[in-house]
Amino acid sequence: MNTAKKSFLLRAALAILMSCYVFFVVPSEGQAAKSVTLPKREWSFSGLFGTFDRASAQRGFQVYREICAGCHSLDLIAFRNLSGLGYTEGQIKEFAAEYEIEDGPNEEGEFFTRPGRPADYFPSPYSNKKAAAAANNGKAPPDLSLITKARAGGGDSSIRYSLKNPGGYALGADYLFALLMGYEEPPEDFEGDNYNRYFPGGSIAMAQPIEDESVEYSDGTEASLQQIALDVTTFLAWAAEPELEARKRLGIKVILFLAFLTALLYVLKRKIWSDIH
Amino acid sequence: MAKSGTKFQSNSKIINWIEYRLPIFSFLHNSLGAGYATPKNLNYWWNFGSLAGLALIIMVVTGIVLAMNYTPHVDHAFNSVERIMRDVNFGWLLRYIHMNGGSLFFIVVYIHIFRGLYFGSYKNPRELLWIIGILILLAMMATAFIGYVLPWGQMSYWGATVITSLFSAIPVIGDDIVTLLWGGFTVDNPTLNRFFSLHYLLPFVIIGLVFMHVWALHIHGSNNPTGVEVKSPKEESIPFHPYYTVKDFFGVGVTLVIFSVFVFFAPNYFGEADNYIMADPLATPAHIVPEWYFLPFYAILRAFTVDFIGIPAKLLGVAAMFGSILILALLPWLDRSKVRSAKYRPIYKQFYWIFVFDCLLLGYVGGHPPEGLLVTMGQIGTAYYFIHILVLVPLIGIFETPEPLPDSIAVKAGDKPSTAEQ
Repeated sequence: MNTAKKSFLLRAALAILMSCYVFFVVPSEGQAAKSVTLPKREWSFSGLFGTFDRASAQRGFQVYREICAGCHSLDLIAFRNLSGLGYTEGQIKEFAAEYEIEDGPNEEGEFFTRPGRPADYFPSPYSNKKAAAAANNGKAPPDLSLITKARAGGGDSSIRYSLKNPGGYALGADYLFALLMGYEEPPEDFEGDNYNRYFPGGSIAMAQPIEDESVEYSDGTEASLQQIALDVTTFLAWAAEPELEARKRLGIKVILFLAFLTALLYVLKRKIWSDIH
Repeated sequence: MAKSGTKFQSNSKIINWIEYRLPIFSFLHNSLGAGYATPKNLNYWWNFGSLAGLALIIMVVTGIVLAMNYTPHVDHAFNSVERIMRDVNFGWLLRYIHMNGGSLFFIVVYIHIFRGLYFGSYKNPRELLWIIGILILLAMMATAFIGYVLPWGQMSYWGATVITSLFSAIPVIGDDIVTLLWGGFTVDNPTLNRFFSLHYLLPFVIIGLVFMHVWALHIHGSNNPTGVEVKSPKEESIPFHPYYTVKDFFGVGVTLVIFSVFVFFAPNYFGEADNYIMADPLATPAHIVPEWYFLPFYAILRAFTVDFIGIPAKLLGVAAMFGSILILALLPWLDRSKVRSAKYRPIYKQFYWIFVFDCLLLGYVGGHPPEGLLVTMGQIGTAYYFIHILVLVPLIGIFETPEPLPDSIAVKAGDKPSTAEQ
């Protein structure tokens, strides 16, 4: 009995050790170079039951349209997707109609422009990647559709982080938020474009895009730098993972169901095996 | 009910009509049903074979549906994956299951392999069973590597470039092989097209190999934690169904709960942020790292930093990387000990755990940039990997005195020690 207990403990310890390895060691690949630690915050969309703060995301959408869209495309988002942020069909039609979309060829074989429709995607500020690069000192500004997933550990993903910080795991959003707030006086020996302490290497091509009062919010919220950074990050986190809410809702149900099923299977297993041993 | 296997019987006329012409019911009965006698003492480490089968089925089913919505073209691949994520009904679910399913498959298969190493499951008469398993691992690795290229993100592109370039290290024909893999002179659209085709083909090769694996398994049945063969089937075996079917289903339940936590709440945990940036041949990512399940082999590849007796370091690395898997096929003959289970092998048991640690160490090294101490650690880890398999395992097998084996699997270890068998 004693040896059985001992070997069980040994195995349990081993299992924990193995999972620690997978959780803590394996995903640290590639992160070694990032020496700056990101200030973490609890996002409306982090945690098991997180949802996007609609008001904040709508303000963020305003920031994107008025500021970011000057240089950054949002290729993967169609106007119709904005219904996910709580906009009505009428509002979406209005937003879309503000844009001129190139279409064609028509029956005469001509290309033409027309007002946007909900099914259209956000037009890019530049006609192609080369034009974007030419207008920005040789490097095209990145598309923002997936930006929170494509930076600093990916999107809503890090269990390792959530273990240390229950309820919040959104490294990509943390990075974007920190970056927008991270423009500072450069150190004396700094050489490069614009100094940002959270950008790898410190020198970022993008000049500080937002500051206090960069936008005038239509809902009257005070537009501090922090508020603007928070809102646009929430909007872009939604743009990167529009399925997040549906995913978490379904996840809770699936896991509860599977846990119940597994418990039943365990009872069944015990019953069937009761005549062995 | 007899505790060993039972013969197939049915009262249904239809079933008997079919059975007379195509004995499919007795086939199922004898392979997964009550007709398959299985040692009664299998522990939960024996669940991982069926879990690997589950992972394979999950991958094939989700993969077939994903392929319906995927476009293998350099201009469209990345966006077609995002279309699956955003516009296809439950496309995000399919894609995240498939993405994390790869990790699931490798975790359960690695545990399955290490279970085999601990309990000596590769020994006579299960050598071919073991070798087919190695072939499955190789086919899995090829499939996983190729599949990672398909979303055409930055890590897809650069991973493909780094790994396919390895073949150029092969003397004489190396460059031609690389050109053949690429379908041109760089990783480009033809590469993506042939990779898509192969990614659809290889899983069915794996299914074929799995069929042979399971067939070979059924000839002599499962090994068991004591490593002692079943002597009296009536006493020591139980029918696979219902005993192991229910136990396997319980294991499936536990696994799916853990898997769901990742799929629904941390779907990109095993992924790389860089792969959400579309492939750009002009911008190299800061660190090109393979998926976690390749990290130990990546460390072995990079352990060779200097040319040796005229052989370039790159070739040595490539040879060592493939060799590290292939030499596992020799284990049934390298291990001279007749005792299977490490339970009764005090020396081997200790070295087994050092070997496990060594593999984890190599994984750690493979995931970090090769700088400073990590290079040395990788080299020591690589050397130890080969020394363990090629030197220590044979020597321990010869010089170790195993502990007395139980008379049968029905006797609990320590109850009635026997010295009769070695």
